[in-house]
Amino acid sequence: MSQVATMHPGVEPAESPLTPESWGKLGMWIFLAGDAMGFGTLLAGYGAMRYGSADWPSPYEHLGISLTAFMTFLLICSSVTMVKALEAIKLERPGRVKLFLCLTILGGATFLALQAYEWTHLIQGGLKIFGNPWGASLFGTTFFIITGFHGAHVTGGVVYLSTILTVVSRSRNTVRNYLLTEIAGLYWHFVDLVWIMVFTFIYLL
Amino acid sequence: MTTATAQHGEHGFWTTHVFSTDHKTIGKQYLTLGLFWAVVGGLLTYVMRWQLAWPETVVPGWGEIGPETYNALVTMHGTIMVFFVAMPILLGAFGNFLIPLMVGARDMAFPRLNMLSLWVFALASLLLFISFFVPGGAAAAGWTGYPPLSAKAEYTGVNWGMDLWILAHALEFAAFLMGGVNYLTTAIAFRVPGMTFSRLPLVIWQQLTATTLFLLSVGPLIAGAVMLLLDRQIGTHFFTPGGGGDPLLWQHLFWFFGHPEVYVILLPAVGLVLDVLPVFSRKPIFGYRWIIASTIVAGGLSFIVWAHHMFVSGIDPRLAMPFSITTILISVPFAYLMFAMIATLWRGSIRFDTPMLFALGFIAMFIVGGLTGIFNGSAPADIYISDTYFVVAHFHYTLFSSVFFGGLAGFYFWFPKMFGRLMNETLGKLHFWLTIVFFNATFFPMHNIGLAGMMRRIANPLQYDFLVPHQWINVVATIGTMLLLASQIPFVMNVVWSLVAVRPAPKNPWQANTLEWTAPSPPPHLNWGEALPVVYRGPYEYSVPEAPEDWLPQDRVLAARAR
Repeated sequence: MSQVATMHPGVEPAESPLTPESWGKLGMWIFLAGDAMGFGTLLAGYGAMRYGSADWPSPYEHLGISLTAFMTFLLICSSVTMVKALEAIKLERPGRVKLFLCLTILGGATFLALQAYEWTHLIQGGLKIFGNPWGASLFGTTFFIITGFHGAHVTGGVVYLSTILTVVSRSRNTVRNYLLTEIAGLYWHFVDLVWIMVFTFIYLL
Repeated sequence: MTTATAQHGEHGFWTTHVFSTDHKTIGKQYLTLGLFWAVVGGLLTYVMRWQLAWPETVVPGWGEIGPETYNALVTMHGTIMVFFVAMPILLGAFGNFLIPLMVGARDMAFPRLNMLSLWVFALASLLLFISFFVPGGAAAAGWTGYPPLSAKAEYTGVNWGMDLWILAHALEFAAFLMGGVNYLTTAIAFRVPGMTFSRLPLVIWQQLTATTLFLLSVGPLIAGAVMLLLDRQIGTHFFTPGGGGDPLLWQHLFWFFGHPEVYVILLPAVGLVLDVLPVFSRKPIFGYRWIIASTIVAGGLSFIVWAHHMFVSGIDPRLAMPFSITTILISVPFAYLMFAMIATLWRGSIRFDTPMLFALGFIAMFIVGGLTGIFNGSAPADIYISDTYFVVAHFHYTLFSSVFFGGLAGFYFWFPKMFGRLMNETLGKLHFWLTIVFFNATFFPMHNIGLAGMMRRIANPLQYDFLVPHQWINVVATIGTMLLLASQIPFVMNVVWSLVAVRPAPKNPWQANTLEWTAPSPPPHLNWGEALPVVYRGPYEYSVPEAPEDWLPQDRVLAARAR
């Protein structure tokens, strides 16, 4: 009665232009859309509280810009090495793939180390999550929550990229390696992009 | 089938029935958890309604109710029904079961992520269940958890219960995020040849829109939940005015999620009804493309209506007007959906089987809720009725009709496919008629007593002199509730009877068109045999003149004139 496909059962055809290999990419984009809303809310909530506060301390006086500017630069560089790693997979040069993935991971790890140093420094200077000597207590609260939420994403990214490094350096399947790295790259560039927003709103403005 | 089969080496009892990655098993597990919570949430209404009708008496089988206990009851009833009944049943169960079967996939795109989603939800359920028994009792700050009430333990006397409530929510959101990534990826990337977006069954469209709304709106509430937890645990001041925080911020975060969330519940139910109606009208759905467009428009608008929950919260009065306008505007796409449903019935050869009765019940009841929504949505009227039983009546006519009438229409319709058994029609019809009568007996009087001024969430209406003359309305609603609960007995009997007494369901008992009916009942692991079906037509081609029967499955080629 019903007509069935005569094609080989091993082929799982998809109607959309998306090839089966890109399911993971689609999944990552969907996740990032939701995650972006989370960051968006944190920043919007930050804006609302700062706008409504009469005694919000001036961020650039108390937080320090130069170290954070270097951290931002570092994260942007790690996005560049991420792109280079992906390019190296395409060119089938495994040595360079490993090198650039390692550099990306190193960039993320250094970022985290510098953030830990910065936090320690600020906490010793009086900035606490529930208060600070300069004005609105939410100044410290929002700072730690938002940079902390981002830091958690970088930590996740470093772990994620380390896994990708292990998988990619063991496998010779270029197509699969390229996809896995590309999906991880989406996440990494997102975390980078979010940091630029965080840097702008929390430190610069 | 590269990754799909690789992950499907399951044979033993545990991997087949408990720790399964099969979307059908996961769907049934979500269904079971949802039904368990429905029993808990339903029994809480018995205690609450007894207290409201006969305050200062002992509730039989429970004991005396103080205001603190009542607060916990009303909070947990709302929380359970919205997050632990509506979502696992409408999204978790039907989404998991139907999406792969209806698009022609062998399973979800990420089966292990799907299993993780279920078990994270089970953990959330466990935490919420434990919260009933910890010292201080369950959360008592309302299902909306407004601070400052929720932000400090001394305000409600609830310590552990509230923290568990927050954690249970956070875990449940994580679970549905994982589910959502799966739903969208599967329905976009796993469709069989011929299953274009304009041939997708409407229930899938509704699931996809609902999932998108959920994914985009839940981030803010997760952020809010973290802030609330920090306020409670380490003394930050996000929401407590004493430290410079703003309680309204929580309301914005909650309702920015909360209003899309009500459509996250409504849309899948609308989808179930939209798929049941053409089958039992033997007629194509009316306005397929416009239904999709209306759904997407409603989904988009749902992000800019949230402050209508806050008309009396002290927001800037200038904000009320734009939010009133968007709220009234959102009734346009929903009115279209309702008209499309009614127009589908027009001149159809209607079969009044149980799923159809519940689908019709949904239309009739939801329209009442939709109409009262216009009153709530316009700020001047809402200032009077806000936080009264009129609002309680409104959201029960919308949400109860979605979860109950919509959900049961889907349950009776797909039960033969899910379990491979036919249900008893007589018991089903009895269940429907008792439910719709006592549903109205319970909730219609709430409009009246709400307009008379009775506030939500009060433990004892008799302490207000102006409510004493209206107490008989509360008694009517309470008797209605008892009978509504008793009306579920035929349903339980029917499910048990159908599962025990084996009346095997044929492949396509309702003579329906969509792809799940081409698989055996219940579908085996990986759903179809060697080959997947191929789709040649839309999902609702009933009573096509060229076809030999009055239905034309999506995978059938017409011999004479293939279209």
